[in-house]
Amino acid sequence: MRNILVTAIVLLLSVFNSFAQSADGVEMAEALRSSGKIYVVVAVLAAILLVLVFYLFSIDRRVKKLENQD
Amino acid sequence: MQKNWWKILASVLILYSIIAGFLLDVPELPILHESIRNLYFHVPMWFTMIILYLVSVIYSIKYLGSANENDDLLSVECVNAGVIFGFLGLITGMLWANYTWGEPWPNDPKLNSSAIATLMYLAYLVLRNSLEEEQKRAKISAIYNIFAFPVMIVLLFILPRMTDSLHPGNGGNPGFSSYDLDSRMRLVFYPAVLGWILLGVWIATLRYRIRRLENKQLN
Repeated sequence: MRNILVTAIVLLLSVFNSFAQSADGVEMAEALRSSGKIYVVVAVLAAILLVLVFYLFSIDRRVKKLENQD
Repeated sequence: MQKNWWKILASVLILYSIIAGFLLDVPELPILHESIRNLYFHVPMWFTMIILYLVSVIYSIKYLGSANENDDLLSVECVNAGVIFGFLGLITGMLWANYTWGEPWPNDPKLNSSAIATLMYLAYLVLRNSLEEEQKRAKISAIYNIFAFPVMIVLLFILPRMTDSLHPGNGGNPGFSSYDLDSRMRLVFYPAVLGWILLGVWIATLRYRIRRLENKQLN
């Protein structure tokens, strides 16, 4: 199972790699790849935070609904 | 919506601290390198924990005066949320220490006393759960909480300063305030602290409201 997973990931990564190199030297839509791809990390953390915040808001709404029942 | 503005503020401040915390310039220092950015995430965990414990002790004192059950419930839920932030502070600190001090737990006075402080609050929760009768439980845990808070302050801020410590701001070590003389880091750090404190209070109030509903169902 684990081996399959590792091979899948390696295959996937090599596909990404070949895409990145496909158009010899011409790389477009660069923004997320600049500065050592730090923007990708920022985007990931922002996504995690936003989802958690929405989750908290939804819990908040449910509690409010219960509070309004009595 | 009008009552929820501070929840949105909390989210926006933390989101800003993540984006600005990774992208803005920071002082270039040996050993720390980019890990100095951890200041924006590790330190607010502890500040949030302290504020939650402070709110808790205020409501414990209030309970002893009012004998209102809700004060007791709010006080315990603040500790419940505060312990989570304490553990987050310990974990993030251990990760940071591993790459700057060479090991996750170098038996430093600051680290040991923060562990003791966390255990003290875990003991508070265990003590509460071991008491059956409600009024007795509320009263005893309120008194324990009032004693625990000053001990926690002494453990975290006084004892580590009296000996040598690796941790910034302790034992003759300068705090980060002396590094960011150009105030670049303050621009991110203070909003991050405020945002995380608000988020911690939000979680604690959610737990309190759920607890109160449960309590109503039981009676």
